[in-house]
Amino acid sequence: MLQESRTSRTKSPRRPIAASVLLLATTFSAAQSGPAPQPAPPPPAPRFVVVLDASHGGDDTGGRIGDAQEKAFTLALSVRLRSLLGARGIQVITTRESDTNLDANRRAEITNHANAQACLSLHASETGSGIHLFASSLAPAASGRLSAWKTAQAAWVTRSLALAGVVNSVLLHADLPVSLGRTTLATIDSMTCPAIALEVSPTRGPGNAITAGLDDPAYQARVAEALAAALLEWKTEVHQP
Amino acid sequence: MIARHQTILFTVLVAASAGMGVALWNQLEHAHQRLLAGEDSASTKAPEVAPAEQATLLVANDNDNSLITETQSLPLPQDAESRARVILGKLLDLYAASESTHPVSGGAASVAQVFLLPAPGPDTGTGESKLADSKPGSANGPQLAVVNLTGSFAASHPSGIEVETLTIQSICATLHANLPRVTEVRFLVDGHSRATLAGHADLTRTYLASDAVPAAGPHS
Repeated sequence: MLQESRTSRTKSPRRPIAASVLLLATTFSAAQSGPAPQPAPPPPAPRFVVVLDASHGGDDTGGRIGDAQEKAFTLALSVRLRSLLGARGIQVITTRESDTNLDANRRAEITNHANAQACLSLHASETGSGIHLFASSLAPAASGRLSAWKTAQAAWVTRSLALAGVVNSVLLHADLPVSLGRTTLATIDSMTCPAIALEVSPTRGPGNAITAGLDDPAYQARVAEALAAALLEWKTEVHQP
Repeated sequence: MIARHQTILFTVLVAASAGMGVALWNQLEHAHQRLLAGEDSASTKAPEVAPAEQATLLVANDNDNSLITETQSLPLPQDAESRARVILGKLLDLYAASESTHPVSGGAASVAQVFLLPAPGPDTGTGESKLADSKPGSANGPQLAVVNLTGSFAASHPSGIEVETLTIQSICATLHANLPRVTEVRFLVDGHSRATLAGHADLTRTYLASDAVPAAGPHS
């Protein structure tokens, strides 16, 4: 007992040293193997940005639409479409929110800074029938580090035509008359994103009679809803692996 | 007795009158010579009636965003530039007519001039010349047509992407159909470069004539 007691007495000063060694060893081991594995955070949602460019504005009134002006129609469509896209969780950047002057270069600057996945230049006209979709008439070109400002869209034309195809398909599905074409429009020719120009016209029946005018709120709502659906469809297509 | 200073003044006035008479006579002679020279340079040959030929017009249709080929029999001059102007004049006459599928006022008088120049070659970013086995600048090489439109035509042109694009495409395609060497087209308005036709279609670009036909047909 006594011996045991002595023994225990002689061993007691060594306990803190052993504990310290053990602690150091554990710390060193932990430093070597890194922090304990934790559940990985969910990956961030893929970025999807749409730029809406309401054409004209300020002194540039655009074409006449009955008693109204093209600039007012395009701004109203842009605001309505922005709300619809926002409600669907799509980030929207607009080139103008009021009746302001913006030249083609400034519009392209805003659009190109957004690094968007879809860019729509909104127009309206009394001629023709239904929705006219236009992609740039520039010949497709390989993208380089530097591209000419006036033909920057050349590297994106293929994607722009794909976007036009999706929008065309969805608008037709919504029973809206659509025509596809190519054009030379300074604004979209300088954009570095999938870009289309969209011109809304009245729908016409036999004898060229107007069946739905640009001032018809129901027609405006149909066009905006169909465009929102088209951009949602494009988002799905963009994010497909 | 007449005072000496009055005699001198009278003499000076007579001399001045004589000098002015001579100067007027010379100016009259010069004016007459200029008039005669103008008459000499004017054509004294009666205008010939050009034989009627077939011309192909690519007529725009706003309803389906298309170009429709139409053949017209027209008296066409031999000179290529005059020929181009007459053909485009006929195209714009169709647009100015009532019941037009692409109503644009102005008519034939809207084309002030058409100049044909050797094409400088491929344009930046818009593609290459489509005329094979011919070099730019050679006698049979591709040509650049410069179409000078009147300011009144541009001012009265309806505004819209489709309607403006169709006007430009129909002019380019019609020129190429009748003058195959025309591969590129540029537009001026009253002799000056202009940003857009009526607020949309870019007029600062060189257009490839052969690419003028819309890439996609109408959809409904």
